Amino acid sequence: MPEHSMTEDSTSHHSEHVLPTGLYWAIWAILICLTFFTAWIATVDLGWLNPVVALLIASFKALVVILYFMHVKYTSEKLTKTVGLATLFWLALLLFLTLTDYATRGVPS
Amino acid sequence: MSSVAITPERPNYLNQEYGVRSWLLTTDHKRIGLLYLMSITFFFFIGGFFALLIRLELLTPAGDLVLADTYNKLFTMHGQVMVFFFLVPSIPAVLGNFLVPIMIGAKDLAFPRINLLSWYVYMVAGLIMLHCILIGGADTGWTFYTPFSTAFSHASVIEAGVSIFIAGFSSILTGLNIVVTVHRMRAPGMTWSRLPLFVWSQYATSIIMLLGTPVLAITLLLVVFERAFNLGIFDPNRGGDPLLFQHLFWFYSHPAVYIMILPAMGVVSEVVACFTRKRIFGYSAMATAVIGIAVLGFLVWAHHMFVAGISLYSALVFSLLSYFVAVPSAVKVFNWTATMYKGSIKFTTPMLYAFGFIGLFTMGGLTGLFLACLGVDVHVTDTYFVIAHFHYIMVGGAVMGYLGGLHYWWPKISGRMYPESWGRLAALIVFLGFNLTFFPQFVLGYLGMPRRYWQYPQEFQVLNILSTAGATILAVGYVLPMIYFVWSMRYGKIADGNPWHAAGLEWMTPSPPPTFNFDETPVVTWEAYNYEEIPAPEEVRIER
Amino acid sequence: MSDSPAVLDHHNPELRHHFADMGQQKNAASLGMWLFLGTEVMFFGGMFLAYLIYRRWYYPEFVVASNSLNLPIGAANTAILICSSLSVALAIRAAQTNKRVQTVVMLVLTLVFGLAFLGVKAKEWHDKFVEHHVPGTSFHFEGSMPGHPEAKINPAHAQVFFSMYFAMTGMHALHMIIGVGIFLWLIYQAWKGRFNSEYYTPLENSGLYWHFVDIIWIYLFPLFYLIDRHK
Repeated sequence: MPEHSMTEDSTSHHSEHVLPTGLYWAIWAILICLTFFTAWIATVDLGWLNPVVALLIASFKALVVILYFMHVKYTSEKLTKTVGLATLFWLALLLFLTLTDYATRGVPS
Repeated sequence: MSSVAITPERPNYLNQEYGVRSWLLTTDHKRIGLLYLMSITFFFFIGGFFALLIRLELLTPAGDLVLADTYNKLFTMHGQVMVFFFLVPSIPAVLGNFLVPIMIGAKDLAFPRINLLSWYVYMVAGLIMLHCILIGGADTGWTFYTPFSTAFSHASVIEAGVSIFIAGFSSILTGLNIVVTVHRMRAPGMTWSRLPLFVWSQYATSIIMLLGTPVLAITLLLVVFERAFNLGIFDPNRGGDPLLFQHLFWFYSHPAVYIMILPAMGVVSEVVACFTRKRIFGYSAMATAVIGIAVLGFLVWAHHMFVAGISLYSALVFSLLSYFVAVPSAVKVFNWTATMYKGSIKFTTPMLYAFGFIGLFTMGGLTGLFLACLGVDVHVTDTYFVIAHFHYIMVGGAVMGYLGGLHYWWPKISGRMYPESWGRLAALIVFLGFNLTFFPQFVLGYLGMPRRYWQYPQEFQVLNILSTAGATILAVGYVLPMIYFVWSMRYGKIADGNPWHAAGLEWMTPSPPPTFNFDETPVVTWEAYNYEEIPAPEEVRIER
Repeated sequence: MSDSPAVLDHHNPELRHHFADMGQQKNAASLGMWLFLGTEVMFFGGMFLAYLIYRRWYYPEFVVASNSLNLPIGAANTAILICSSLSVALAIRAAQTNKRVQTVVMLVLTLVFGLAFLGVKAKEWHDKFVEHHVPGTSFHFEGSMPGHPEAKINPAHAQVFFSMYFAMTGMHALHMIIGVGIFLWLIYQAWKGRFNSEYYTPLENSGLYWHFVDIIWIYLFPLFYLIDRHK
């Protein structure tokens, strides 16, 4: 029957993971706690570590949203993860290659 | 002798439904491809009109045809219209839309309604651009450099910026559709390694569209906001950096040139294979090369900024990377040549355009390497050398690829053959006109004539006259196909499903194809370009 | 056999004609949305680049300007968005388990949280307007170098901070407004019973969009509100 399952990429009727409600609430709690934590720790002088910590926390929160709320941890689609990683890589390209210019030039007075 | 014109009675996508509504509300990728064909042809002539005015002004050293400010608007509108409203959509939105689903054995693109939306978005952008032109246009160059565009220009910069911002969405939607279609809708047996190289090149182009266009969008938006709300992001007097604009602008606009050339390379692969009756030499290298061009193309943008004020270290990095990006392009040229070796070559119109592409793209590409060299670039940047370089690629390459593709697939699209001898004649005229227009510009640039100048020293006049003469001939070469394509729709010889005896799923459908492309979904069991299994036509008969 | 999933699919009114089965359609839609989110990352990415450059160039002014933003309000707004992400995730789960009313309730909650965020944002912007911190001709900002009360900062550089602030939070707010529109449509569709365990693709993909907008804010918050808050 030629109509069935066109390509190796499509899957008909794989059962989508239904995650337990408790998991979503747990993720929510983690995110809320981290929000207040990052706000608090910004008021503590850590020197050059302040922005590093802030961005690490933000990235961890983003990762958690992506993996659990956006179901990336539970998808069987490799392409989703590829798209996500490729996008981040391209953003990194934009930022770092431009910085090769700004990091080797002086700051205006 | 041309046959009596009989409309094919078999139902196909053209005669299935009649009426304006059936076209304006269509979701058939083939009809949408034709809608785009109408629109981009229109904008091609608008852009060409500006080119002719430029060349007319440059016949004499004095600025005597238009005012200096007007001249700035002419080259700006020429560039903006040609780049954003002709070149970027041309092959992807016309040929890509039409052919990609058929080539992979699908009934349509993944998102037909979004496909139609992309055309409407393009048309809205186009109308805004037309209005912008009518009220005077922008005068910043197609590159919108700040702070002139944000703080000093008195022209319609905001409107031009908004128009191109909207056109960008059309591009993104097309790219998105093609990527999802190629991933999700290939017919059984149509593996990645059996895809026609045209599909590979459309896929790579779409990746660039998706990753690059959004950066242009935000950049133009920031320029519009700065101008409208008096922000200072790019104003050096208020701490802004004009170079930041250039970094952001070129991050898209360099990959954009690969958006414009990769589809043409895909066309060339199809045409060369067919008219040498051989599979393309080095299929994997060719597929890898288009992906390589797409990726490496994002790493080189600051070579447009060597003299703008970036640091020397940064310039060195980008210069080195720019040399790398030439490698996959060269691989493709070598492989097309290797394909032709011991092939059975037929000099049909599409093949003439393919030959033209290979030669002219090579020249354009090599001169790009001259420009990538810092020492040379200091002397020839912002001269006619640069203009010649990119026109060799955009016109000698991309436009010839587009015309070659239109001719090659015309029988499939329309069910008719174009007149072959007129086709060959037009191709020759285009080739001659092109070289006469742009080769003198290499010399002019080398001798020091700056670009975007409305008047020039007397010593450059002869070369400018040659260039203008060439432009007139080129214009004739472009008008001819318009005429005989339209003529062929009524009087052209009726084409069967595979007049070229070519390989590929699109040649296994009737000409023109039915609305849903295939009566039964094909199951593919053969490799691409299986010319050893396809008998050659006895000859390509030249019709009047 | 005779009742393969593909055959059953053909009876699903949501199957578009050019797809072979619902699985292919769902995967196509999902890939399309992820690719679109990729374009959005690059779109905001340009502004993140501009922010990065200017923060490096004008760090003292960025510190002073950042400290003029209301930290508790910013944190609370972040929390509101996180709640909205939870509610949309629960809405999708309700659809997956065929609970129509719960789907609608969760979607309405998401909408409420989203509108709350926008309301708070509007108030913040209004405050900035009143304080003359909006870039343009009426911009006025005074402050001292952190740790050096006698040295004044350059107001032009502070204006760059606020240009980036309004550009980025403004673009984020625009995406939220579009999201609000999408969710209004979703609530209507969910109320009509369109989503169930067999078909909830528009819900899922709109959820992806909403989470993405949340993630943008997760980065905007520390970048604008938390620069050297200990001085």
